[in-house]
Amino acid sequence: MSSLTFEGVSLDYGASAPVLDAINLGVRSDEFVAVIGRSGSGKTSLLNLAAGFLTPGKGRVAVDGKPVTKPDADRAVVFQDDALYPWLDARDNIAFPLRLHGVPVAERHQTADRLLLHVGLPGAGDKKIWELSGGMRQRVGIARALASEPKFLLMDEPLGALDALTRERMQSFLLGVWAESGAGVMLVTHSIEEALFLATRIIVLSPNPGRITADIPVSFGRAALDDRSAHSIKKDPAFQALHDRLTDLIHDTRTEHAA
Amino acid sequence: MTLPMETPAPAGAIAKADNSGAKTGLATPTTLISVGTVAVLITGWWMLSFYQVVSPVFLPSPLTVAASLGNLATTGFVDSTLAQHTLASLLRIFAALLASVAIGIPVGLAIASSHVGKGIFDPVVEFLRPLPPLAYLPLIIIWVGIGETSKVVVISLAMLPAIILSTVAGVKSVSRDRINAARSFGATPIQVLRHVTLPSALPSILTGIRIALGAGWSTLVAAELVAATRGLGFMIQAAAQFLVTDVVIGGILAIAVIAFLLETVARLIERRFVPWGSRL
Repeated sequence: MSSLTFEGVSLDYGASAPVLDAINLGVRSDEFVAVIGRSGSGKTSLLNLAAGFLTPGKGRVAVDGKPVTKPDADRAVVFQDDALYPWLDARDNIAFPLRLHGVPVAERHQTADRLLLHVGLPGAGDKKIWELSGGMRQRVGIARALASEPKFLLMDEPLGALDALTRERMQSFLLGVWAESGAGVMLVTHSIEEALFLATRIIVLSPNPGRITADIPVSFGRAALDDRSAHSIKKDPAFQALHDRLTDLIHDTRTEHAA
Repeated sequence: MTLPMETPAPAGAIAKADNSGAKTGLATPTTLISVGTVAVLITGWWMLSFYQVVSPVFLPSPLTVAASLGNLATTGFVDSTLAQHTLASLLRIFAALLASVAIGIPVGLAIASSHVGKGIFDPVVEFLRPLPPLAYLPLIIIWVGIGETSKVVVISLAMLPAIILSTVAGVKSVSRDRINAARSFGATPIQVLRHVTLPSALPSILTGIRIALGAGWSTLVAAELVAATRGLGFMIQAAAQFLVTDVVIGGILAIAVIAFLLETVARLIERRFVPWGSRL
C-alpha cells in the first residue's frame, strides 16, 4: 500500500491570499479521492503539487515518505485535453512511457495492445489520434498513464471536455480502471455528481486561502462496480441528500467571501 | 432515383479523404477563371508582338520564347544548357538550406527555451531580419570572395530568420500539457526535447522552411545577377547584356516554374511528415 501525503503544504504566488494554505492530506493507493471546490480554490494547484509540476512554498509533499521534488513515473497525470502525441499512433502513444524507460519495441507494443484491450479499444492500435473521438482519446490517455504502472493516477478534469452521454459512460469506465489497476486516484472535478459517483472520499476546498473545508467518505461507486446501474445510484435519496449538502458547502464558502 | 442520390456521395468521399476538401469543391470555378486569365494574358502578349505594337527586341512573341526555351534546353546559352544553369542554382539553394536548417533550428531552440539564448541571439536575428540580403552581398564578397561560398552564405543568411523565427514560434506553442504529460511519465529534459518539443514544433518548422525556400530563391537569382558564371540569374543577366530578350523572358519563366515546384514539393513534404498539421 502506497501513500501520497501533503504535510502542512502552502503555495503562494505572491498574491494577497495564498493559493493553498496549511494543507494536510493523506491519500492511500486503494482510495479514489475526488477534489471539488469552486474556481480559484486551488484544486488544480493541489494536483500539480502532487504531480511535482509545482513545489510547495511551505511544508512537503511525499510519496511513501519520500519527498516529491519533481514529476516521476510513480504519479502519472491524465489531462482534460488528452495531451496525446499526434505524430504517434494510438499504440505508440500508450507505449510512450515505456519507450522513455528503454523498454524494447516488441515488449512495449505487447503491453500497449493489452492496455488497449483493457480500456475497451481492441484493434485501435494503428489509429491516428485525430481519427479517434473525444472519449476514445481520453481512454488512450488513461491507458498511456497506466502503462508506467503508477502508484497514483492524477486526473485533472479528465472528462471535462466530453459530451454528457460520453461522460456518463466514461465515469463507469474510470471506476473500472481504478478498481483493476491498483493505483490510487486523485481526481479534480467541477461536477459534484461525478465526485459522488466515483470517489471513496471527497475533499472540498474553499478559496482565499485554499483550505480543506470538508473530508467526506462516500461509497456510491462501489455499488456500480457490483453491477448496479449508474442511473439508479444517482437517483438514490442518500446520493441526492449528499449532493445537496456538498452544493451547500461549496455555496457557503462563496457567500462567506462575498459578504 | 438512385443516381441523383448517389452523385453527391463521391464528392463527399473526396472531401473526407482530402483535408482541403471544402476548397477542392469550390476551387473548380476559381481554377477555370485563373486558366482564363492566363489565356487572356498570353493572347494579349501574342497580339502585342504579332501586330508589332512593341518591337520584338523588347517583347518577342510567345512562340519565339518557346522556341528559345527549346534551344536553351538543348544547345544552351553562355556555355551551359538550361538544365546546367538550373542545377547550379538548385545546388546553391540546397546547400544554403542545409546550412540554415543546421544553424537555425538550434538557435531557435535556444531563443525559445532560455533567457540567455534569447539575450544572445535575439539582437542578431532582429538585425538580420529586415536587411535586404543584397545590401550585404558586397560585404560578403569582400570577405569570402566571389566564388560559390559568397552566394551560399548570402542565401543562408536570407533563409535564417524564417527558420529561426518559425522554430521559436513552434517551440513556444507546444502545449504545456504535452510536456507535463511526458514529465509525469519520468521523461528527462533531453527526452522532452527530443520526443515532445521537436515533433510538436515540426509543423511550424516546416512552414518556416517553405517560407525560407521562397526567400532564398529570390535572393539566389538576385545574387547570381551580380556575380556568377552559371545559374539562372546569371543566364538572364548575360542575355540582357546582349539584348537577347527571348532568353531573358524564357529564364524568368523557368525561375517562376521552379519556384512553384519548390513550393509544391515543400507542401507535399509537410503533408507527408506532419499529416496532423493544424488538426491537433
